[in-house]
Amino acid sequence: MDLLTELTILVLAAFVGFEVISKVPNTLHTPLMSATNAIHGIVLLGGLLLIGEATGALDEFLLVIAIAFGTINVVGGFLVTDRMLEMFRKRD
Amino acid sequence: MVTASFLQDPDFIRVLYIVAFGCFIFGLRLLNHPRTARRGNLIAAVGMAIAVVATLLDDVVGDYLLIAVGIAIGTAVGIPAARSVKMTAMPQMVALFNGVGGGAVALISFVEYREALEHTGGNPEIEQLIPILFAAIVGSISFWGSNIAFGKLQEVIPGRPIQLPGQQLLNIGLLVVAVGCATAIAAGTESQLLFLLILIAAAVLGNMFVLPIGGADMPVVISLLNAFTGLSAAAAGLALDNVALIVGGMLVGASGSILTNLMAEAMNRSIANIVVGGFGGVAVAAGAGDGEAKPVRSTDASDVAIQLAYASKVVVAPGYGMAVAQAQHTVRELADELEKRGVRVDYAIHPVAGRMPGHMNVLLAEADVPYDHLKEMDEINPEFPQTDVALVIGANDVTNPAAREQSDSPIYGMPILDVDKAGQVIVLKRSMNTGFAGIDNPLFYNENTALLFGDAKESVAAVLTEVKEL
Repeated sequence: MDLLTELTILVLAAFVGFEVISKVPNTLHTPLMSATNAIHGIVLLGGLLLIGEATGALDEFLLVIAIAFGTINVVGGFLVTDRMLEMFRKRD
Repeated sequence: MVTASFLQDPDFIRVLYIVAFGCFIFGLRLLNHPRTARRGNLIAAVGMAIAVVATLLDDVVGDYLLIAVGIAIGTAVGIPAARSVKMTAMPQMVALFNGVGGGAVALISFVEYREALEHTGGNPEIEQLIPILFAAIVGSISFWGSNIAFGKLQEVIPGRPIQLPGQQLLNIGLLVVAVGCATAIAAGTESQLLFLLILIAAAVLGNMFVLPIGGADMPVVISLLNAFTGLSAAAAGLALDNVALIVGGMLVGASGSILTNLMAEAMNRSIANIVVGGFGGVAVAAGAGDGEAKPVRSTDASDVAIQLAYASKVVVAPGYGMAVAQAQHTVRELADELEKRGVRVDYAIHPVAGRMPGHMNVLLAEADVPYDHLKEMDEINPEFPQTDVALVIGANDVTNPAAREQSDSPIYGMPILDVDKAGQVIVLKRSMNTGFAGIDNPLFYNENTALLFGDAKESVAAVLTEVKEL
């Protein structure tokens, strides 16, 4: 994909990101932050894409750490958000 | 094999990415509302799973054993950490998760630089270099800044602001070093040492940037660092030509910035003020009485509605403000709506609330409030510690803890409603003016107090509308 197409996508994604957050009640600020936090764990994909062509033990070692970090970010992030949001479940 | 080639078709992977973005965006949308938030989080998580699986299908991906090791380590650390953390320790956990995300970006950018040098024989293209360098700087700041934030919230590092002399100058210097080295690399200098110097300068900057910020401002800072990590992930996506990273990272970069702003606003602070200020948690409002500026926390109707609707016990402490606004009927409607949801609502009647003895009883009886829900001061005071939310409607002096604590206060010794002992106190008030007695009320500056400004009747009506929508 050429750079301009990528920049187009980048700018549009920025506007979607701005628009998707509207009037969030204070109580939901922390869970929402936590969920967006989990989403940027998508950087994990970078590690997956690089490790195949990585040569040398140092690069492979660094990428395994990066993949582990990214996984912690994703898995931990979504789980912790879910636990916070459990508080809002309806009482019966 | 036909199936394998279909699955590994780059277009198929791109389609899966599109599904993943849809999940992220829809999930974030649902996260704006308490009723749908949990589902939103789940949908976003499904999107992430789709993105990961799609990437694993890509035929450039290899070394599955190493990938499995990385993911296994991450899962083994992440799940127990997220499961066992106490609710009160959530902010620092989020900081930690954000930090490792930033760390991943920094590591990936470093490896990407090394690979780019190797593959291009030392002449990587500038449009690949710029995003790599950006990701390196911002990822490193985010990693170290988040770790400091974690340390402060966990009280490993003192939570109070730590300020060095010439701090701002030092920070600017570090940024200049990082950006200077980055410019040199972008201009064609081929040096891994210079790249490491960038990572280190950004790391020190991350530390220096968060250290001077006080505990109460920390959630805003974590949110800011969260947006930073998103931006750096998007930059890494540009370098790697991966559209999922670009979109996912940028969504977080943008929504995280908006959220940071909302959080700062909720505390009556500007982001610039927090970052430069270094005296955590000081929102300024005109405290009458002694004329000294003190921090108060203001809130809005939707937030009050959520706190009330999810409480199990609410105590309403009415005062003269409710009487002037003729808000008693709306208050009863709100109480009925809450009781429908299983919330126990009682009324705390102070003998001198209002302008005449029994003023409140009369008003509330007029609004058909069940008599057994009206509690006299001596009966209700022991119940405040078990109360989730105390809703103070236009009452001031009768809730003033100065009467208990400050022997020099003119009202010292007057019996008061101990609303400050409730889990959360919400005060409906027209302005920051003092009450009838003209005495400043320390209740308003308590950590568990939030103020909803406006006419009592309008405020209660707004809260009622929000509760009905939940």
